[in-house]
Amino acid sequence: MKIAVLQYNAGNTYSVVNALCRLGVNPVLTDDIELLGDADKVIVPGQGAASQAMQYLRDHRLDQLLVTLRQPVLGICIGQQLFCQHSDEGNVDCLQLIDAPVHKFVPTHPDQKIPHMGWNSLHNVQGPLFDGIHEGDFVYFVHSYFVPQCPYTIATCDYIHPFSAALQKDNFYATQFHPEKSGKVGERILKNFLDL
Amino acid sequence: MLAKRIIPCLDVKDGRTVKGTNFVQLHDAGDPVELGYEYSQQGADELVFLDITASHEGRKTFGDMVERVARNLNIPFTVGGGIHELSDVERLLTAGADKVSINSAALRHPELIDEITKRYGSQVCVVAIDAQETNGDWTCYVNGGRIPTDRSLFEWAHEAQERGAGEILFTSMNHDGVKNGFANEALCHLSSALSIPVIASGGAGTMEHFRDTFTQGHSSAALAASVFHYGEIRIPDLKHYLTKEGICVRL
Repeated sequence: MKIAVLQYNAGNTYSVVNALCRLGVNPVLTDDIELLGDADKVIVPGQGAASQAMQYLRDHRLDQLLVTLRQPVLGICIGQQLFCQHSDEGNVDCLQLIDAPVHKFVPTHPDQKIPHMGWNSLHNVQGPLFDGIHEGDFVYFVHSYFVPQCPYTIATCDYIHPFSAALQKDNFYATQFHPEKSGKVGERILKNFLDL
Repeated sequence: MLAKRIIPCLDVKDGRTVKGTNFVQLHDAGDPVELGYEYSQQGADELVFLDITASHEGRKTFGDMVERVARNLNIPFTVGGGIHELSDVERLLTAGADKVSINSAALRHPELIDEITKRYGSQVCVVAIDAQETNGDWTCYVNGGRIPTDRSLFEWAHEAQERGAGEILFTSMNHDGVKNGFANEALCHLSSALSIPVIASGGAGTMEHFRDTFTQGHSSAALAASVFHYGEIRIPDLKHYLTKEGICVRL
């Protein structure tokens, strides 16, 4: 199985590669359009700012490629946000694969820190990505922007208010949390993606 | 619900953990990778590896260690110590660290925080502050708590946040090593003044101390070294205790 991890300016790509290696697969880290198109599965990892990530994708014509992919694609963190319509972070149009916006968290209490950083529980998990994952299982989040609940939500999390912890539309899967840093629960989710 | 985080801190010198441990089940408790892995299995939420090596060769060893940790660990980890400029940050993040912790370098060159967060995002930048209280004033120190500065804790922490820091790791020099509890009053003040998470450090001796820093200090996370290394507190026991006390932790 050929697994491609998109290499771009959104950092943290090594963590995903390491996590895949721990699962026994040897991914290729690349921004080559042909390699990405030929892969059985593609992962779009990331941290950082949506506007900068989108700029990079456009500059390298990766935006045009990503929307045409038919194999399973997993967006992680900023990857999830890039799949959406538009992000308030840098006021940027995203890939528009999933009809949902990306908003900034607005705290309502001093104890609600931004970024939402740390382990939080998953709720309303559904579909094959969450096979073997239970209501209330903890995963690791680091983000200041969120996707509200929408018809494509396949898991929710509650911080300040409920939001989309994961999305799916057709072959596009996405998690706001970092499965590659979420212990055994995260490993299971990555394995589920590889098994799709 | 967002869980409070428990973070063991490992001091590393020339690629080896410094403090003794009683993890008898480990092959080699001096190996930071093996010890870090053991902590992750016990339920640690994150780890901090602090490089206390002085020599240049030791720095290279630390980079190699970071690579090995990144390959083996499935939880986030922060590395600190010996970070002077952006190229040090790049080296450690490329080796696989999730976050870097900067201390003296940030106080000397505050713009380093802006540079790091502009390049890599706020989430990678932990600003560590060592501060000591005298007559109600908290003064920041550099060089591992050896040299006082003219900056106050609250004012510096606020500036670090404004420059883009993702978290503040506050060590109270008054409380560090005393095992008499965290500096909860200062932590509470810090936490209510800041919009970013605050990690409490210095003073952990009992499980109650962890409870108190979450309830009274409003800390987002608590860091400790010796109580974990010497097995005085086991992380699973601590987490069950905190759950019983009504504090949300990841079990």
